[in-house]
Amino acid sequence: MKDLILAEHLHFEYVREEEENILVLNDIDVSIHQGEFVAILGHNGSGKSTLAKHFNAVLLPTSGRVLVDGVDTADQEHLFDIRQKVGMVFQNPDNQIVATIVEEDVAFALENLGVEPEEIRRRVDEALKTVDMYEFKEHAPHQLSGGQKQRIAIAGVIAMRPECVVLDEPTAMLDPKGRREVLRTVMELNRDYGTTVALITHYMDEAVHADRVIVVDHGDVVITGTPREIFSQVEKMKELGLDVPQVTELCYRLKQEGAPVPDDVITEDECTAALEQLLA
Amino acid sequence: MTGKEERLRTNVAIIKTEHLSHLYSAGTPFEKAAIEDVSVEIEPGEFIGVIGHTGSGKSTLIQHFNGLLQPTSGKIYVDGKDIWDEKNKKNIRDVRFQVGLVFQYPEYQLFEETVYKDIAFGPGNMGLSKEEIHTRVMEAMDFVGLKGKYAEKSPFDLSGGQKRRVAIAGVIAMRPKVLILDEPTAGLDPKGRDKILGQIREYHQQTGSTVLLVSHSMEDIAKYAEKVLVMNHAKVFDYDTVERVFSKNEELTRMGLSVPQVSKVFHQLRAAGYPVSENVYTVDQAEADILRLLKAKGGAGRA
Repeated sequence: MKDLILAEHLHFEYVREEEENILVLNDIDVSIHQGEFVAILGHNGSGKSTLAKHFNAVLLPTSGRVLVDGVDTADQEHLFDIRQKVGMVFQNPDNQIVATIVEEDVAFALENLGVEPEEIRRRVDEALKTVDMYEFKEHAPHQLSGGQKQRIAIAGVIAMRPECVVLDEPTAMLDPKGRREVLRTVMELNRDYGTTVALITHYMDEAVHADRVIVVDHGDVVITGTPREIFSQVEKMKELGLDVPQVTELCYRLKQEGAPVPDDVITEDECTAALEQLLA
Repeated sequence: MTGKEERLRTNVAIIKTEHLSHLYSAGTPFEKAAIEDVSVEIEPGEFIGVIGHTGSGKSTLIQHFNGLLQPTSGKIYVDGKDIWDEKNKKNIRDVRFQVGLVFQYPEYQLFEETVYKDIAFGPGNMGLSKEEIHTRVMEAMDFVGLKGKYAEKSPFDLSGGQKRRVAIAGVIAMRPKVLILDEPTAGLDPKGRDKILGQIREYHQQTGSTVLLVSHSMEDIAKYAEKVLVMNHAKVFDYDTVERVFSKNEELTRMGLSVPQVSKVFHQLRAAGYPVSENVYTVDQAEADILRLLKAKGGAGRA
């Protein structure tokens, strides 16, 4: 599979005046394949957001390099191409919305890129349909719910037709319904449109839907694997200050007590099935 | 006798609302009821979870509890006193010392040069002596697990989780009878989440104060709260024990909420005819219940 994003020996440090620099990323080698849905986990301060900001040249490595579709992100001449290939969605929907009408907000980046008006119209409509917000195109964003606003932010990014969307805790401020809406949108984007997705989250029940999970700790990638491989390491995850889904923890504890249940349960349905078999 | 028992003895609700309504943009075409006809009683010493979808009226309601918003109609009593009564109205500031409110993302409200000064700001406004302020600042830092060495640091040099704990300490230092926290764990990692909520529970148990926790995490509500207040479309949908609220799986999901994962699994097991308990909403309870059934069945497991 082709690497859409490739980080090699990526180091990053924040420069502080008259004090020692802070090393945030320490020799990271990681790749994200074309069409993949990757979840990035790590506790606060682990460096996961800093890593994500390297994926579209918001930050540049102190040493090492990041390639997006083969192009070095440090190459200033290709900055626009890189940003267009990899779009970002942030945590707070209110900080990302610039216009007073939904469709104008989605069109904002396209206007800046100098896209033809008819093409803008076409792409805005398509993007709004993709996130299931077309019927709200003439609404004012401030009247929408958090989940709806976040889907508008996603529409603004996908209107640029990026190959990859990086989302940095897009559901942290949302209620359960908003979270479900945004997660569904992200999954559809990946499954139906083939968009590569990198989702940073603190919600383990979101990460179970990814193809692959990357765990960042102390500025380094410490484990990667399928959600099943990652979450079955219950002790390890807790050591890293992370969590596992409730259903995984339940089966893990029952197994510790000697009950014959699988130790790689990650969804509610799997848990129900395992318990039914246990109690039958 | 612990503080909690003492408060429970005096049977007066610490916060009580009667037909409380609040209209935004009243008298304009944009008039909208943010809360409508809310009557609730909160007993002293309770730990209450507040849930509801975005726009359900939770934040508007809690801002009435400490007099930040004045109701359009209806009454609100704090510790037995009608706070908007003609004679109490001019002392509305005292209500804010009695009912401490920690907003969402409170770390953005830090402003002082040092952690100590920031936490001392509230007690300072109460006109307390320097010694008393010192005692309270130290006590509050202790409650939120901030070591003494942080006192003279700039709050802006701390990590996000630490900043948030400074902000919470600033409210705790006023020793409010009621502590209200609006999503105190938003954006924190699982460990940070458990740490802050554990400290709040400790504070609740040690001081016997009433705590209201607004959260979108059903798992956290299940783990920490004793009762749950559910807001839906500006009205109170339910106000009951955690077990009874989370037994309403379908209704909660319909209104944009959810129930903890293990509750869903147990719901499915019951539907399939297994005699599992109805009141399961934490992993601990789920584990105990399954082990109980296995034991009854005999055989499988060391249990």
